Amino acid sequence: MHELGIVFHIIDSLEKIGRENKLTQVASVTLEVGEVSGVLDDYLKDCWKWASDKSELLKGAELRTLPIKAVTFCEDCNKTYSTLEHGKTCPFCSGGNTYLVTGNEFNMKEIEAC
Amino acid sequence: MEKFRVLEIKQSVFADNDKRAEELRKELKEKKVFLLNLMSSPGSGKTTTLSRTIEQLKDEMKIGVMEADIDSDVDARTISDLGVKAIQLHTGGMCHLDADMTAQGLEGLETGDVDLAILENVGNLVCPAEFDTGAVKNAMILSVPEGDDKPLKYPLMFSICDVVLINKIDVLPYFDFDMEKCEQNIKMRNPNAKIIPICARTGEGVDKWADWLRSEVKAWKE
Repeated sequence: MHELGIVFHIIDSLEKIGRENKLTQVASVTLEVGEVSGVLDDYLKDCWKWASDKSELLKGAELRTLPIKAVTFCEDCNKTYSTLEHGKTCPFCSGGNTYLVTGNEFNMKEIEAC
Repeated sequence: MEKFRVLEIKQSVFADNDKRAEELRKELKEKKVFLLNLMSSPGSGKTTTLSRTIEQLKDEMKIGVMEADIDSDVDARTISDLGVKAIQLHTGGMCHLDADMTAQGLEGLETGDVDLAILENVGNLVCPAEFDTGAVKNAMILSVPEGDDKPLKYPLMFSICDVVLINKIDVLPYFDFDMEKCEQNIKMRNPNAKIIPICARTGEGVDKWADWLRSEVKAWKE
C-alpha cells in the first residue's frame, strides 16, 4: 500500500516529464533507492507492473532500481560504518552521536524513452 | 522502429510534491491561515484530541477541519457537531495526502476567514511522513497502548513532527510504557520535538497543547 502510493506519484511525475519532452513511449525507468529509504524493491516492482500498465506512456516500461548503501558517520570518533549492520550505535566507540550520510535517497535517475 | 534515448532526470521522487507544498505554504502565509497537519496511527485518539482542542480554542479563533479518510464520514460528523466547519476528504484508497489533495481540501473548506485549519491525516505512521502537505507545522499523537518503542520503529514520522502528543496517559498504570524512555527515543530522532503528555478523554494536559497552538497561530499571522 505504501509502495503503491509512491508508484502513483512517480507515474504523475513521469507523465509530466513526458509532456514536457514530447515523449510517446518509455522503455525503462531507473530509480536510486537507499537501503534505509523504507521502500521495498519487490513491492515497488509489483505495484509498478500493475499501475504503469494503465498509462499510455509507460505501458510495458521496465522499472530498474539501483541500491544505495546506507552509511552512518560517528561524530565521536570520525568514522563511518554500515547502517544496516549497526544502526545508530557506532561499532567502534559505542557512541550514539551519529548521523546518516547516505541511504535514505529515493531518486528518479534516468529514463529511456522516445 | 523508433530509437530510444536516455534522459537524465536526477530528481527526488518527492521533488514535485515538495515544490507544491512550498507554494501552498506561501499562499497560506499571504492568506494568514495556519495549517496544522495532525498524524497518528489508527485508534490513537486523533478525533477525540481534536474535539478537546476545538473546545478550548473555538471562541477565540475560527477553525476549519479536514478529515482525511479512505472512506466514510464518521469523523467529519463528530467534528461538525462541535459547531466548527468540517469537511471529509476521501483519499480513494490512498494511504496519505499530498500537497495537491490538501490544496483541494482547503478550497472546499473555503478558508477565507479561517485562522486555524487542521488536517486530520490518514491513520498511518509511514506514508504521511513522506509527503509534505504544505502544513505550517506537523503534529502527531502517540498513544500509551502503542508502546514507547514506536519512535524507533517509525523514525521518519517522529523526525518531521514539531510536536508529539502522548495520549491516553490515564492508562499508564496498566501498560509497560516507560515515559522517560519514550521521550529519549523521540529526542534521539528529533532533538527539537516538543513532547506534551495528554489525556484527551479527561482533558488533562490539553491546555498546554492549546497554548502551543495558540502562540503558533499568532506568530504565523504576524
